[in-house]
Amino acid sequence: MVPDDLKFTKRHEWIRVDGDKGTVGISDYAQGELSDIVFVELPQVGARVKQMKPFGTIEAVKAVTDLYAPVSGEILETNPELKDKPETINSDPYGDGWIIKLRIEDPCELENLLSPADYEKLLEEEEH
Amino acid sequence: MCWIPISAKEKKEMLSSIGVESFAELISSIPPQIRIKRPLDLPTPLSEVEISAHMRELSEENQDLGHNISFLGGGSYDHWVPAAVSSIIERNEYYTAYTPYQAEVSQGTLQTIYEYQSLICELTGMDVANASMYDGASATAEAALMSYSITGRDTILASDGLNPAYYQVLMTYVQGLGLRVRRIPLSAGRTDWNRLEEMLDEGVASVIIQNPNFLGAVEDLGQIGELVHKVGALLVMVVDPISLGLLKPPGKYGADIAVGEGQALGNPTSFGGPYLGFFTCRREFLRRMPGRLVGATTDSQGRRGYVLTLQTREQHIRREKATSNICTNQALNALAATVYLTLLGREGMRDLALICLQKSHYAQERIAEIDGFKSVYSSPFFKEFVVNPPFSSERIIESLAQKGIFVGPDLGRFGMGNGFLVATTEKRSKEEIDILIEGLEERVRGH
Amino acid sequence: MTEKLIFELSGEGKRGYTLPKSDLPTQFPEELLPPEVLREYPPELPEVSEVEVVRHFVNLSGLNYHIDKGLYPLGSCTMKYNPKIGERLAILPGFSDLHPYQPECTVQGALKLMYNLEGMLCQITGMDRITLQPAAGAQGELIGLLMIRAYHTKRGNPREKVIIPDSAHGTNPASTYLAGYQAVEVRSNSQGLVDLDELKKLVDEDVSALMLTNPNTLGLFESQIMEIADIVHQAGALLYMDGANMNALLGITRPGDMGFDLVHLNLHKTFSTPHGGGGPGSGPVGVKEELVEFLPLPTIEKGEDGYKFNYDRSHSIGKVQGFYGNFGVMVKAYIYLRMLGAQGLRKVSEGAITNANYLMKNLKDLYYLPYDRFCQHEFVLSGSRQKAKGVRTLDIAKRLLDYGFHPPTVYFPLIVPEALMIEPTETEPKEALDGFIAAMRRIAQESEENPDLVRSAPHTTPVSRLDERKATKDLDVRWKG
Repeated sequence: MVPDDLKFTKRHEWIRVDGDKGTVGISDYAQGELSDIVFVELPQVGARVKQMKPFGTIEAVKAVTDLYAPVSGEILETNPELKDKPETINSDPYGDGWIIKLRIEDPCELENLLSPADYEKLLEEEEH
Repeated sequence: MCWIPISAKEKKEMLSSIGVESFAELISSIPPQIRIKRPLDLPTPLSEVEISAHMRELSEENQDLGHNISFLGGGSYDHWVPAAVSSIIERNEYYTAYTPYQAEVSQGTLQTIYEYQSLICELTGMDVANASMYDGASATAEAALMSYSITGRDTILASDGLNPAYYQVLMTYVQGLGLRVRRIPLSAGRTDWNRLEEMLDEGVASVIIQNPNFLGAVEDLGQIGELVHKVGALLVMVVDPISLGLLKPPGKYGADIAVGEGQALGNPTSFGGPYLGFFTCRREFLRRMPGRLVGATTDSQGRRGYVLTLQTREQHIRREKATSNICTNQALNALAATVYLTLLGREGMRDLALICLQKSHYAQERIAEIDGFKSVYSSPFFKEFVVNPPFSSERIIESLAQKGIFVGPDLGRFGMGNGFLVATTEKRSKEEIDILIEGLEERVRGH
Repeated sequence: MTEKLIFELSGEGKRGYTLPKSDLPTQFPEELLPPEVLREYPPELPEVSEVEVVRHFVNLSGLNYHIDKGLYPLGSCTMKYNPKIGERLAILPGFSDLHPYQPECTVQGALKLMYNLEGMLCQITGMDRITLQPAAGAQGELIGLLMIRAYHTKRGNPREKVIIPDSAHGTNPASTYLAGYQAVEVRSNSQGLVDLDELKKLVDEDVSALMLTNPNTLGLFESQIMEIADIVHQAGALLYMDGANMNALLGITRPGDMGFDLVHLNLHKTFSTPHGGGGPGSGPVGVKEELVEFLPLPTIEKGEDGYKFNYDRSHSIGKVQGFYGNFGVMVKAYIYLRMLGAQGLRKVSEGAITNANYLMKNLKDLYYLPYDRFCQHEFVLSGSRQKAKGVRTLDIAKRLLDYGFHPPTVYFPLIVPEALMIEPTETEPKEALDGFIAAMRRIAQESEENPDLVRSAPHTTPVSRLDERKATKDLDVRWKG
């Protein structure tokens, strides 16, 4: 089940919005596809990211993927736990496995993202 | 001759099992207009007896180092290859295996690579090493590309003491990405520190210094690491592995990446290849390192074993975002280096370096005594040095070659003026050095 | 069975090799070099006797699978038997004991060999000139792309993109990036071939080249190659062939006749020089007349007074190797070609194609074959039916080890899920092929009846399945005393 308080990118990142701040991670489906995450390359706090541009990479044993920013903004925080326990993303992708927090530059950009229902539809298509 | 074990009878059975009358049906997808109409124009096939005679004849049209006295250097050296090295790398278990992708049946290759990585780290004083690159030149070029990827800066500073062939290969490798390479001039045969300081700024990705440099001189490196790091650039050092038996290793100078030509470690000169490039870096840059890497792990029963690791950096997974395009490397040459370093060991490498050092100093002193031959630079040197004859280097190299004495390369071939290099390995006896001296003296008298 | 690390065998004061005694008066390093350039301690290398060194590496060698032991059907890798005579002759001192900076008049035999090898490879590929310098296929690709860049630059614009099929080797996009180009993917159609309509849409004035493997990585010949060449050439772009699969074409058809402007070869695949556990290889690049001026330095020319290197070529992309490439590998390829001749070469490809089709025919009822047509030298199965039973392609690969076979290439090409890419080569006896078929059929049966047996394989190898996750997390990549 996809949590209903999130918005999604087509590349499987999610964002949870709290005022002008957003928390970003990857979906349960994405962690399952990658399996065994071993390393997360995180951006510097204070760096600026652009919507749908890479801000880091996530590395599993046999695959690696870029992380795309759901919206533009400034990095406020990165998840310190991922340095030693990147597998947290596998075990709790929507909770303790969050990746970055950012200040949302332009709330209008949120409209470009998928709703939980639309995202579920996307997943159904990918399964086929 | 043809190494196909299928008999005509078996072939027929196989075609019928496939369900075709003739082989031609299997290639029906190849349009007729591009098929070859008549046999390729190639020489008549030879039997084993004939090819052996032919190859022996061809090989005898060359003058090998064993029948001459070689003082040749410039990046390839006539060191002795111990018999045990050859015996190991001629084992078909090693030379007829593929890249160790299936770890459970490749522990031999994998463990030797792990040992190779460890030995190279000990020798260079660096944190981590990969499984090898093509040669010293491409390893240097890859180091420059890696410094670009780490720093995001596009200017490389390369000392004029860098082997000119490596410099040329570097220039080839950077042309696609459009990196700039600026040359740091030499002063009295060594990298000019003042010029380096002036050239260093926040646009510099890395500084490449070779030690001992192409002219043989041991560089005065002092606090080079701090100087380079002050502007956020990386220090890339290119080193001779034999010299590291005695010389301070790149890790101690604060090098971020250290590379070099590994030929001298148990590989014949082989007309320029196959050799191996060794490639090392600081641990924090491990994920940016090109090439294959072996890591230790355990199997499902808890036994120690080895696998290729961090493969996500490589081209077969990361494709255009890979740290390098390298796939096949020089595994068998790296195995030779592994056996060599193991045979020589801690004291052997030190003693070997000392013999080379002593011979080169004896040779250089004797040459400097000859009329008209002055030693060009007063800087310290290891196993190689520049000779400046009072007449054309080209002619002297030729006339010595006629006597079975090889010196060089000629610096003129790299646009570096009149002069040539002389290198002494442990194979050169005092007597052979004296023959070189006589040869030069004769030439002076005849001039 | 595991073998200790060489460092763990070390004993103080032991030596494996005796250096020549110095015939000069003893001098200490401090007398010849300033103290600040010397290292404080010798490198911490192991101290082991010769017999211990030899036993260690012989014991380790016993843990390897290799082509002299059995079938090695790695798709795209062409693991064929390496004739022993090549090893014997390549170490003649007149080849192995030559220095790259010897005067040219003392290495005429070596230059002649390289010159004639180039000539034979030109004849085989239908190209005008070939550089032997690249050390491996990937370096050949880079060199080829840099020549393409030089070609377009000379005509005013280097262009921006290189088109690469979705079935291509990973080195293609990686080399493209290094050459300063953007890789653009062209889809394969339902036949497993380049989709021509898609290609037409992608090809424009910004495209510098199309990089194509033919036969492609599915083992299928791109039968519309002439049309593809036309589309590419009409836009002023060049056609590059990744020659990894050249083993299917020898004496049958030539890249030069198909419209390719450049091709790289892998001497360590097609021309039977050994793989060495991952190298050394050799990746010559052949070009048509219009690209000859860009070939790397030096070329080898035949003059009235012998063979010589030519560095005097102003449009060359420059040097790519410290010296002239992997000469020792070239010697073995030369021997191979001289012993086969034209008819022998044709038999090589016929054998490779027959063996591959024989395996395919006898496996396709139990494993899904996504592109069901005659293949060339290799074919790709999918483990999708077995996956439905909970057995992945990786498990099938590991189970093959128990039956004494090296597995095929797995999970490549990327366009086939659970891919098993099988290339038997021409040097396999029928008995080995039949043994492989029997093992694969048995595993298909086991996947139905006892999937756990397959999932926990291998059971008979020196070590059991290794923990790759642990390796990636710990990153223990060197011994620490």
